[in-house]
Amino acid sequence: MYSFEYHRAETVEETLKLGSVLEDARFLAGGQSLIPMMKLRFAKADNIIDLRDLDELRGIEVAHDIVSIGAMARHAEVAASPKVQSAIPALAGLAGGIGDPMVRARGTMGGSIANADPAACYPAACLALGATINTTGGDIEADDFFQGVFETALGEGALVTGAEFPVPDAAAYKKFRHPASRFALAGIFVARFGDLVRVGVTGAGRQGAYRWIEAEDALTENFAVNALDGLHADPSQMNSDIHGDEPYRAHLVEVMTRRAVLNASAHCGDE
Amino acid sequence: MIKFGIGQSLARVEDARLLRGLGRFTDDIAPPRSVQMYVLRSPHAHAEIGGIDFRAARAMPGVHTILTGEDAAADDLGGFPSMVPSTAPGGGPNFTPPFAIIAHGKARYAGQPVAIVVADTLEQAKDAAEAIIVDYEPLPAVASLADADAPGAPLVWNECPDNLDALATFGDKGVVDAAFEKAASTHSVEVRISRVSANPMESRTALGEWNEAEERYELTGGMQSPHMLRAQLAECVFKIPPNKIRVRAFDVGGGFGMKGVPHPEPALVLWAARKVRRPVRWTSERSEAFLSDCHSRDHTSRCELALDSGARILALRFFARANLGAYLSLAGLHCAQGNIGHLSGVYTTPAIYAEVRSYFTHTVPIGPYRGAGRPEAITVLERAIDAAAFDLRMDPAELRRRNLIGPDQMPYDTGFQFTYDSGNYPVSQTKAEEAAGWANFEERRLESLRRGKLRGIGMGHIVEIAAGMNDEMGAIDVEADGSVTISTGFHNHGQGQETTMRQLVSEFLGVPPDRIKYRDSDTDVQPFGFGSAGSRAAAVGGALFKAISEKIIEKGKVIAAIMLDTSAEEIDFVDGTFTARSTNRTATLAEVAALAHQPMGLPQGMEGGLSHKQMFRPKGPTFPNGCHICEVEIDPETGRSEILGYWVCEDVGRSINPMIVAGQMHGGVVQGLGQAMGEFIEYDEEGQLLTGSFMDYQMPRALDMPQITTISNNVPSPNNPLGIKGAGESGTVGAMPAGLNAVCNALQPLGIRHFDMPATPWRVWQAIQHAGGIEALHKAAHETA
Ligand SMILES: Cc1cc2nc3c(=O)[nH]c(=O)nc-3n(C[C@H](O)[C@H](O)[C@H](O)COP(=O)(O)OP(=O)(O)OC[C@H]3O[C@@H](n4cnc5c(N)ncnc54)[C@H](O)[C@@H]3O)c2cc1C
Repeated sequence: MYSFEYHRAETVEETLKLGSVLEDARFLAGGQSLIPMMKLRFAKADNIIDLRDLDELRGIEVAHDIVSIGAMARHAEVAASPKVQSAIPALAGLAGGIGDPMVRARGTMGGSIANADPAACYPAACLALGATINTTGGDIEADDFFQGVFETALGEGALVTGAEFPVPDAAAYKKFRHPASRFALAGIFVARFGDLVRVGVTGAGRQGAYRWIEAEDALTENFAVNALDGLHADPSQMNSDIHGDEPYRAHLVEVMTRRAVLNASAHCGDE
Repeated sequence: MIKFGIGQSLARVEDARLLRGLGRFTDDIAPPRSVQMYVLRSPHAHAEIGGIDFRAARAMPGVHTILTGEDAAADDLGGFPSMVPSTAPGGGPNFTPPFAIIAHGKARYAGQPVAIVVADTLEQAKDAAEAIIVDYEPLPAVASLADADAPGAPLVWNECPDNLDALATFGDKGVVDAAFEKAASTHSVEVRISRVSANPMESRTALGEWNEAEERYELTGGMQSPHMLRAQLAECVFKIPPNKIRVRAFDVGGGFGMKGVPHPEPALVLWAARKVRRPVRWTSERSEAFLSDCHSRDHTSRCELALDSGARILALRFFARANLGAYLSLAGLHCAQGNIGHLSGVYTTPAIYAEVRSYFTHTVPIGPYRGAGRPEAITVLERAIDAAAFDLRMDPAELRRRNLIGPDQMPYDTGFQFTYDSGNYPVSQTKAEEAAGWANFEERRLESLRRGKLRGIGMGHIVEIAAGMNDEMGAIDVEADGSVTISTGFHNHGQGQETTMRQLVSEFLGVPPDRIKYRDSDTDVQPFGFGSAGSRAAAVGGALFKAISEKIIEKGKVIAAIMLDTSAEEIDFVDGTFTARSTNRTATLAEVAALAHQPMGLPQGMEGGLSHKQMFRPKGPTFPNGCHICEVEIDPETGRSEILGYWVCEDVGRSINPMIVAGQMHGGVVQGLGQAMGEFIEYDEEGQLLTGSFMDYQMPRALDMPQITTISNNVPSPNNPLGIKGAGESGTVGAMPAGLNAVCNALQPLGIRHFDMPATPWRVWQAIQHAGGIEALHKAAHETA
């Protein structure tokens, strides 16, 4: 780790002010992505501003068919929240399947969204549920927010303050774990709102999380596994490394999508 | 009745300390004025080092010194030698470049030390290291075993053409070839044993001190064999007498053989400590560990079996290529060829011929890892048996049974390298098969198939050498109040030796374990030791402490006879008490010890004290064995395997502590399955490590592992007085073939005869695709239905 100055503030306002006056400043949420990168000296910042005291970013609320989650909600809190469990069980399940107990106890939803790791779970849910990302620079639709590998539309020096997830009629998240890191090698979030179906894909794509539009169209037509027959994920869009090449990842996207659809229909009784 | 003696599942004494954070690991020790060492490592697998400019770095805050290979050469520091002599391809001795402690002129693997920075803090040392300018001229590298002798492959050593360091042959080729001529059937399989890293929970550590008053070096570190390391440091690196170095190890969080071979950093901290006249600390970070810990295995081979018409093995041929890395580590060649005797397995194979070619590559040197050559040879053999069973459409368990060595044939001279001491292999196989439900596996296969899953069962019936013949030294110091302190050259790094050694001494001397102190390994306490490796501490230590205890009891009887007014021959010693035969006159060990320490009360000429120190060499090695069975289920859509069950019927000889034996079995099995199912180290073509962290290196997790059922079929060894065989490695030796055979068996309905480890989802999926994919599976299901 390079040495740095450590700061923390009690309010979003003070935090933003610190961020604007301090040179080379970086926000720290759960530290589950940032700290490992700092330890390896891959990430460097002269000033670290800890968000841990921002209680205003912690709440989880459900109103008008919208689940609002504060940026500083820990994965474990989302997973254990009765409100999330009953409104969007697939989202609670997603949070409960991130990393290990220590990662879930510290890692935050806002950190995951802001970080936009190409194998992270939350981005798939945001895309499939059509979430709105709340930031101090205004609200941004998930479709516009995720712009590539570790790339987002978040403004310079802005904070993610939370996200609003519309409650779907049916949803499921199916994650094929990376054998080593246990992130998603292919993670598929399927959500159905009335007839409209959205499919968020993480882990597999070369450009980070994305929506699989062809599958959405087919499933909107007919929300059933066999609607996906003959549909192929495009290998040229896929990532490749020592854990799986493009064809394998494309295949996993197809398999996990089928399983997510199966799961989503089973859970809501609309086979 | 001794409650704490041999055979009791006494809870591990050391756990109370370790679980409460009261352990003393090297990194916990920060002597006053100590400074930190950072090792600047070569980013290139192969590069000429033109010059190293560290003027700016040297002037940075907190920096005490920066040292390079040039300084090491100026100080005439050597490297660590190989302990295994071998033969060069054209005959004559093989080329033996010592394992350099720091690169000089040339870097030969990515991660090789190029310079060390010593500073007040680690961050300062790292900052300074970033300011060092090394003039590298990168050279082409050869990073894989497969490419090692390809035409035009870059040479690791100019002295070693084709990178082929050693060509060793074993057995009589003529006899074996003749048997193949006569065979009813022959079966060949090519097997790759992947490269892995040991990844102990505690990474390697070293604390070096220069004792100016005594003019000698003092090393504390995480290691398995302090005495061996001292000998190597003294003779080969610093070229000074061994007693000019003291080496100690306190708590060590896992070694697995990897910490049994010398690595550069312990030498570097000592060297630096003398230069800066301060204690120098170094703790490997995990990413450094992946780069610089000796890796292991990395081996490909072809194994051929010749069978008669009754499926009895007539002969075996084996042709192997082994990776050595860029230098010979202490035991690199040992792993490649030292355990080739395991090709005999548990079978009556009349004739074996083996050829092993060992190659240099631009990778970190290969060292031992749980089994050190045993799992390699046994896995290949057990794969060959299953491949033969596949060819013959025969139950692999039946093929094994026909070839097992019978208990009435013990001790059994394999005619190749080993003479097995004892064991009842057929009974172990029967018990394992019963526990696993081998006989009705096909029903379970069908049940899985109906769910679209591929189920497989695999057996690894194994034997392995343990309790190697080297001497060990031990001492029991008896204090005047009868408490005792035991010391040896062994070192406990997780095996539970602090508990089992106490149990042994408690058994022999009748002293309760809490009155027994176990001393950490320290070359100042004991001048000699071999250390803990090769599953030897229980068998060798057991016999050693028995011999020492007998000496103590013998002397105790003489003293007790004085106290009880009789002759020594009339004294019995039972459960810590000396009794004058046929009387009720007794003296406890404590009372005898008290008198022993009052020389005025002893006869003229009798030496005071009760302590005793000696060396011991067992009659011969032991051969722990066992039948392992693993059951897996593969999801053919994703290639993911789930391990459903694991059963092992093992023979560890007499067991000192059955709970600890089961624990050793569990840990060993997990490491074997870890490799079979997913662990692998990979370098790219340029020799860059691709699996440099747990984000890419597939360490097994507890949740990936099944319930492991252990059943005992212990047959005492005649080769040591207690009948102990050893339990440290056999779990790994058995799990690698059992796990791999289970995966191959699951893939068999697709017509797949052999599949190489690791069974990662992607690799399994690819194998299924090559075999025709899910459609082929449906066809198979249709046919079997
Ligand atoms: C062992 C391990 C396993 C993991 N497994 C998974 C997994 O399976 N699935 C998965 O999705 N993730 C996984 N993660 C990542 C984990 O979910 C992280 O918590 C998450 O990616 C980042 O959240 P954080 O709160 O830790 O953010 P930090 O690490 O603190 O920050 C990450 C980045 O986001 C920025 N940031 C944080 N919060 C905000 C904010 N509110 N506004 C603006 N910028 C912000 C920081 O400045 C930093 O650049 C794993 C992590 C580890 C260590």
